[in-house]
Parts: sequence; structure tokens; C-alpha cells
Amino acid sequence: MVESRTPLRWRAWALQALLVLVVAALVYAAAANAAQKLAKQGIVAGFGFLGRGAGFDIGQHLIPYAAATATYLDAFWVGLLNTLLVSALAIGLATLIGFTLGIARRAPNVLARTLAATYVETIRNVPLLLQLLVWYVAVRKALPGPADPAHLGSGAFLSQRGLFLPRPDLSGWGWLVPGAVGVGILATLVLVRLRRRAVEAGRRPLPVLVPGIVLVVGSGPLVGIGLALAGHPVAIAWPARGPYDIEGGLAILPEFAALLIGLSVYSAAFIAEIVRAGLDSVARGQGEAAAALALSRGQALRLVILPQALRVIVPPLTSQYLNITKNSSLAVLIGYPDLVHVFMGTVLNQTNQAVEVVALTMAVYLTISLVTAFAMNRYNARVVGPAR
Amino acid sequence: MRFVRDHIIPPAPPPRRAGGPLAWMRNNLFAGPGNVVTTLLILGALAWIGPALARFLVLDAVWTGTSGDACRPEVIGRPVGACWAFIGEKINYLAYGSYPAAERWRPNLFFGLLALGAAWMLWLGAPRRDLGAWFVFAILPVASWLLLSGAPALGLASVATALWGGILVTLVVSAVGIVASLPLGILLALGRRSDLPVLRFACIGFIEFWRGVPLITVLFMANVMLPLFLPGDVTVDRLLRPLIGIALFASAYMAEVVRGGLQAIPAGQGQAALALGMTRAQAMRCVVLPQALKVVVPGIVNTLIGLFKDTTLVAIVGIADFVRVLEAARADPRWSAPAIPATAYAFAALFYLAVCFSMARYAGFIARRLAAGDRR
Amino acid sequence: MRIPFAPLLGAAVLTVLTLAAPQARAEGTLAQVKARGHLVCGVSGGVAGFSMPDGQGRWRGLDVDFCRALAAAIFDDPERVRFIPQSSAARFTALQSGEIDVLARNTTWTLSRDTAAMNFPVITFYDGQGFLVRKALGITSVKQLDRATVCLQQGTTTELNLADWFRTRGLSYRVVTFANSEQALGAYESGRCDAYSTDKSSLYGERLKTARPDDHVILDEAISKEPFAPGVRQGDDQWRDLVAWTHYAMIDAEEAGITQANVVALRKEGLSPDVRRILGLEGRYGEGLGLTVDWADRIVRHVGNYGDAFARNLGEGTPLKIPRGLNALWTQGGLQYGPPIR
Repeated sequence: MVESRTPLRWRAWALQALLVLVVAALVYAAAANAAQKLAKQGIVAGFGFLGRGAGFDIGQHLIPYAAATATYLDAFWVGLLNTLLVSALAIGLATLIGFTLGIARRAPNVLARTLAATYVETIRNVPLLLQLLVWYVAVRKALPGPADPAHLGSGAFLSQRGLFLPRPDLSGWGWLVPGAVGVGILATLVLVRLRRRAVEAGRRPLPVLVPGIVLVVGSGPLVGIGLALAGHPVAIAWPARGPYDIEGGLAILPEFAALLIGLSVYSAAFIAEIVRAGLDSVARGQGEAAAALALSRGQALRLVILPQALRVIVPPLTSQYLNITKNSSLAVLIGYPDLVHVFMGTVLNQTNQAVEVVALTMAVYLTISLVTAFAMNRYNARVVGPAR
Repeated sequence: MRFVRDHIIPPAPPPRRAGGPLAWMRNNLFAGPGNVVTTLLILGALAWIGPALARFLVLDAVWTGTSGDACRPEVIGRPVGACWAFIGEKINYLAYGSYPAAERWRPNLFFGLLALGAAWMLWLGAPRRDLGAWFVFAILPVASWLLLSGAPALGLASVATALWGGILVTLVVSAVGIVASLPLGILLALGRRSDLPVLRFACIGFIEFWRGVPLITVLFMANVMLPLFLPGDVTVDRLLRPLIGIALFASAYMAEVVRGGLQAIPAGQGQAALALGMTRAQAMRCVVLPQALKVVVPGIVNTLIGLFKDTTLVAIVGIADFVRVLEAARADPRWSAPAIPATAYAFAALFYLAVCFSMARYAGFIARRLAAGDRR
Repeated sequence: MRIPFAPLLGAAVLTVLTLAAPQARAEGTLAQVKARGHLVCGVSGGVAGFSMPDGQGRWRGLDVDFCRALAAAIFDDPERVRFIPQSSAARFTALQSGEIDVLARNTTWTLSRDTAAMNFPVITFYDGQGFLVRKALGITSVKQLDRATVCLQQGTTTELNLADWFRTRGLSYRVVTFANSEQALGAYESGRCDAYSTDKSSLYGERLKTARPDDHVILDEAISKEPFAPGVRQGDDQWRDLVAWTHYAMIDAEEAGITQANVVALRKEGLSPDVRRILGLEGRYGEGLGLTVDWADRIVRHVGNYGDAFARNLGEGTPLKIPRGLNALWTQGGLQYGPPIR
């Protein structure tokens, strides 16, 4: 037996060595070709170009960015933050819509069931790219032009150029407002924790929902009013008509809005299917037992069925979240300055550093994929709970 | 205390019938106040959307005309829905792009060959499916390439790929994606389950890399980096570059689908094959893989649906696929009217919906058949 | 079911073979072109008046005519040329990889491109970056665009010029950039932007793509210098000379009064020495370029002089109506100046 296995093992290792050699040779050949061509073009390999001045403007930036002083590295961060912003918001919105639809597909109301099924079957069978064009081109065209924007009341405007909202100025004393909201969120989390302890200890739990809402929603305005009374009112930047457009305030650009809505609507269809499959995986008796214990439908769903369904839901939901992040790169089509648009579009063309730019962009997405997968795995471990 | 009934109570009416349309409506539409509100809200929305949709798609639509003026409400003096006349005039462009008009029988023949191959593979009861596999994976690619790009030796004028466009390109990209990714995906899935650590890690790395990056970055990479990596005297056709990118990308997803199928086959199957004296390769080829591939047919079709939708991304790197020629047609100043964008997108949405929905139905049908087979 | 491995393997082998089909390249570009029997010319493919297929699929435009003139000089046949549309991103790679012989794609000649990517033998068209705005705005100067929104195609010098110009004048603007010009123009037309900016020469064609061209105007001012030049690979002096002198022949012919209409007649008449030299009746100048003596005669006969090509593709007789401006001959106040053929 040993004699017959040894040559086999030898062959296996030879095969693998060959594989390594072939891959190494291919990589070497590719690198040599690239190096030769780049040298011919006079392009210096390496990431030194990131420190050079960018010289172009970007329509939306979360961090300070000015064409005069910004470097290519700054442009990279601007693009990355824009990608993260739209992905995070789309993940939240798609989860909300997707869970609603998934639950609606198992609702007692037949209209709700049919409507949710129609939504899912229609939306997920039409390419996202096409849907983005619909939102950005067809829907935007239906909005009022920049000359006569729709006034939405309390200083908010809507036009083809975007949604313009009043923006509280949070510098100076103003930072206390977001600070208070943060404290409110923390306090709510503490309340949730206390409630869980009380339930586990068999004591009567304190109500959480109403105090939580008051803490999170009320703390900001409350501190704002307090500051005003104390003589440091929070300034609010109101959007106003400029020579061409609405200026000032918080501008939500149509590119951003179209991408956010398109991504959320599209991904929600897939999440709905995941949620439906999760609900179906929970044994019927669970719901019936909850009803027998006089739990309402909502309570049964929230306390009995969903927690069990989550075990099935979370793994595919993870890959759906990753898909949202990756799909946000379709921004390039409708002019939203995400990482691919800014970095693989403009910077690649300005610098010709194709290898570095492509490698860096792909590395970012791979990192996001790995981090998300890691975080969701940890959550998954918690949801699944101890093995039984 | 005493309680004795001293008279007979009147019989209660029978419980309300559980059947019938009224009861159904009560149970499904008006059970409880929340349900009633939901029903009314949805009915209200439907009453608003339904007629609007019907008006746009059919009632107010313009079916004939030779320019955008036919679809301008101020010109024809009535509200205008979809401008189907526009699609009618552009349909050849949408189907073939700039493919020379005299040679359009070639794409048509390609569509026919593709339909034949698809039917042969997807209809599980088709005769000689082994021949079908030869046809789809060997004959079809060569024949299609010669047919579409031309072979002067065979008397077919050559047609540059820059002229291909529209539905033709969308189908070419999808077909290449599926034909190239299935064999590659199977090899990768086998490699991922191999005992050889180097091979296994190479396959895992390859698969996870392509699954971790967005397709659009892959297409950009294929476009700008492929020419850099190849030796100086090798050029790659503009259409071929995204095809390579898509094939590699799809093969990673296909590999995961196939792996799922391989894992679903009980280990006893392979062991039994070995016990019969088969080599490992024989066991894999004749026993495990056929069963695994049968299980994953729905998964493969779902990957195909994703691939078909993803082909729209080649529009971003300048390939004239269906969406891109649609955008080009839309920009025609002669056909500029307010209804044109909505018409163009409605047409494209219906096209993709029809194709993807029927594929999804097919996958569901196979999945149910397989499930039924398991129960037996 | 048996798994048909052979066809799967066949498909894999076929894919590899298709990928690895190398196309051998000989020494000089001219020799390759002659051996191949046709010229391969990279064009932009979507700029009216410069390169665009017409309704019958025939390529038309100034850049196209330049390539036809090259083909005429080499083969005495302006049709022996293939046109490959190039995106602004892929154009340099296409030239370097040998996919195309010459890049005639309104490419701006800059120092960095000249030293890094390729050679620019000659300026065929003098252009500058301009703005397309709605007539209803009543704007006459770029300065009035302070605080306006501008739509652009990304990854070109347009983006950098715009930022520089507004910054140095202390003005502000908002920018929306798109991967290609159709999207940028579409966004402008639908009301997303107040102005659309690109090279002025393209703006005339872009305006025609809008639903109502008369509703839009092109501002007179240009905010940059955009000398358009054909591109050739570095290190091939013969090809570089040939490309440069193809343009000069068209300029010199216009200056000498040789047009497509009269060239055949002129050849028979008694002529001034400079006309005789251009037409190859005196001296053997074409041979220095690796061509025949009648090379310039072929160009004018098949394609015309620079003025003919300009009038046919861009001038007042065309829908574009681009004024000759900087592209008039130096004798008429323009910048087009051809070195003497002698």
C-alpha cells in the first residue's frame, strides 16, 4: 500500500510544482511586458503619483476638497467616502424595504402578497443599469426645472438639480446637538440592555420603545432649544435662490439620489426573497404556538418567528450587502463621483498609471468584502447562538 | 342552588360558510382593521397606477409615425403615452447595431443556432444531449465566430466587431460568458475540492478574487490592463477584451454553484464508485459530476440570468450592447420628444423582463421537478 | 447522463487559442501598411464633422479625410483605409500596441503626451475649449457663468482647464462629470446643467444633436489652447514625416490654388514652379518619404486641399457652419502655414 501511494504523492507534488511554475511564468511575462510598455511611455511605476496635484473638481465631497490644493490621494479618499456613504445608506434602505416586502409575501392580505410578489419578479428581472437610467433620466426629467423649483415648505426645495434642505450649522456650540443625539442613542442602547436583563431575570421589564424614540428623536431639538435660550442659537443655513440654482443648505444631488433609490429598490427585491425563504424555514407550529400563547401576529413575528428565521437569513443577506457595495460602482454611469468614477475614471486618465489605479481600486473592494464578511460572520455566530 | 333548564333554546344558525368568494374576501382582504386599511391603500394605489400604465403602454401610445413630431402632444393634439413608432423605426438598429444590412441574415442564423443549442441543452428530454454538448461547447463558438466576423475563404465578407451592436452583442456576450464559464467553473470547483493544497488555494484565491470585486472594475481592467500585459505584438479585439473579463468573472460564480452541487452528492456515491474499481477521475466523471450537475441546473440558470443582466455593464466600457444602442437611438434629434426616454426604457425593461422571467420560470420548474424526484 | 468532457476541453483550448493569436509586426509602419494593403486609422467615431459614419455607414469628417489623404498618398486609393473608433481612454494604448497606424482623433498636443505617449507630427486643427449654453440665459461671456453648474466628460484636459480658469478668476462653479460625451450632453440638455463644456469644434456638432439646436448658443470665448494633432508611435521618423507632409501638402496646395476641382486640368497646363513641385512634375520629392513622385497630386485628386476638406466637412455649406477662424491660411490671417515642398 505504501509503495503504491508514494509515487502518487510524488506525482501530486510534481503537478502542483508545475502549477506554481506556470502561474509564476505567466505573472512574470505579464509584469515584464507591462514594465517594458510603461517604460516606453515614460511612466514611473509606483504610488508616487498619489502625492501629485489633482487639479480637477469633484461634485460631491464629504471631506474638504479643492482642485487647487488637492492631491490624487485626496481624490481617492473623496471617491471612497462617497462609495461608502451611498452603500451604507442603500444597505439600510434596502433592508427596510426588503424585510417589509418579504414579510408582506407571507401576509394574510392577498393583495399585499400579490403586490409584493409582482414587485420582486419585476424588479429583479430588469438589469440594475437600466433601472438607474430610468431613475436618473426619466424620473429626473419629470421634476421641475431649475428656474422654478418646487417649494416643499419650511425652506426645502426640489428640482432637477436635487433636493435642497435647511442645514443646521454645527460648528461652535452647535456640536452639542449631534452630541446630544449620540448620548440619546447610547442611553437607548443601555435601556435595551437593561430590559433584556430584566426579562432574563424574570422581572417585569421597563418599556423601551417610547422612551427610546423620545431619547433619539427628542434630544437634538431639545438641546437646540436649550442653546437658543442660553443665547447661543444654532444657526441654520437656509437654501435660497442663487443666480442659476438653489444655493446654501444641504444639497442632495440627483446623481446620489438616483443611485441610492435605484440600488435600494433593486436590492430590496433580492432581500425580500431571502426573508421569505427565512420565514418559510421556520416550522409552522412555531407561529401557531405563539398564537396559542395569545401573542398578536406582530409579536409572534417579532419575538418568535423572525429570530429563528434570521439564522437562515443572515448568510445570504451578507452576500447581498456585498453586492450592494459592489453594485454602487455603477455610479460611473450616471455621474455620481464614487471610487470607480473618480479614481478609475478621472485619475486613471489623467495619470495613465493604469496598473496602480486598477490594483488599488480592486484592493479596496476586496478589503470591504473581507471586512463585511468578517463582521457578518460574527453577527451570524451570535444569531445562530450556542450549538445545541 | 339549582339550575335546570326549563325550555329548549332555539337552534343557533349554522356557522357562516367557510367557502365562497365572500368568505374568501373576508379572510384574505378584510380580516381585522389593519388588514382593511392595507387593502384600501393598495386598491387606491392600483386604481391610480393601473390606468396610468394602461394609458401609457396601450391607450395613449403612438404606433405609427416617421419622426418625433408624431409623438409630440402639442403636434397631434392629444396626450401621448409610449412612442412605439420610434421603436418600430429603430428596431433593426436595436437588433443588429451597425451590422451591414445586406449581411443581416448572418446574425439571424446565429440567433437560430443559439436557440437550437439552448433548446438542446435546456430540454432535459431532448435526444442525443451528448451531441448537443458538442454542438454548444465546440461547434457553436467556432461556427458563430466564422459566421459573424466573416471568413473570406468561405465567401463570407468580414465584418469588423466595431459594427456589431444591439441585441446581437448582448447575446454574443451572454453566450460567450456561459459557454466559457461552465467548463472553467467546473474545473475551478473540482480544484477547490482537490486534496492538493497548492491547487486548492490557487482555486480559492482565484474564485474569491473575482467574487470580491465589482464587474465594472473587471471590465476596466480588461480594457486598460490586458493590452499592457500582453507582449508588444499581440493585440486583442475591442469586443474580445470585455468578453475575457466576463468569462473569468462568471466562471468564479459558476464554480461556487457547481461546488454546491458537488457537496450535495453523498460521499457514499464516490466511495461506491471507487469500490467498483473505478479510478478517482472515472468516479468523478461518470458518477459524481453527472449527479452534481443535474442538481445545479437551477443554479446555473440563475447564474445565467445574472450574467444576462450584467452584460449591460459592457455599455460602460463602450461596447455597443442593447442598452448602449438604445441610448444612442434615443439621442437621435429627429426623434426627440418628451415620451422617447420613457418609451426606450419601457421597451428595454420589457425585453429583459421577458427573457429573465422565462429563464427564472424554467429554473423554478426544474427545481420543482428535482424536488419531486427526491421525494419519490 | 454522461459528462462530455471532450467538448468542454475543446472549448477551453479554443478560448486559449483565440486569446493567443499573435499578429506579427514588421519594421517600419509604412512597410507594414504597404504589406497589409490598407491603413488602420484610429478616430473618435462620434464627432460630427471630424469622424462619424453617415446614414449609409460611410465615414465622413476632417479626421477621416486626413486618413483618406494618407491612404491616397500611399496607395493612390483613398478607400484603402479602415477606421476604428477609439475612446479617449483607450486611444494611447491602441496606438502603442499597434492596433492602429495613426491616431486621427482630435487629440490635443501637450508636452506630457508628446514625451510620454507618442509623437505629434503636425497640427491639423487649432481649437480651444468653449461652452454651450441656453440662449434663454442671455449669456455672452464665460465670466457670467459664475456659480453655474457645468456638465463635462471626465478624464480629459477639459476638467483641468475648467478648474484652472474659474480658480484664477476667483469664480466658482459646480461640476457634474460623465464617462462619455453623450451622457454629459444629455444631462445638460435635460436641465441638469447650465452649460456644457468641451472643445469648441465639437460643440458645433453637439449642438446639432440637441432637440432644438437654435435654443443653444456657443460662447465666442475659448478658455484654453487645444491644438489637434494626429498621433504616431515614437521612433518611426519616416512615418512621422509622411503624416506631417500629408497635411502640409494639403495646405500648400490650397495656398498655390490647387483644388480637387482643377488639379487634373492644372497638370496639363503650363505651371508656376511651386505648383509643378507640388504635383511632382519637377523634382522627385515624394521618394524621400518612401512614396511616388506624384504623392501630393494623389492627395489633392482624391481628397482635395485643406480648404476643400474643411468646406466639405465643417464649413458654411455644412450644418455645422464652423468659421475658418484660426484655421485659415496664414495669408488670410490664420495659423495654417505649410513649409515649402522643395
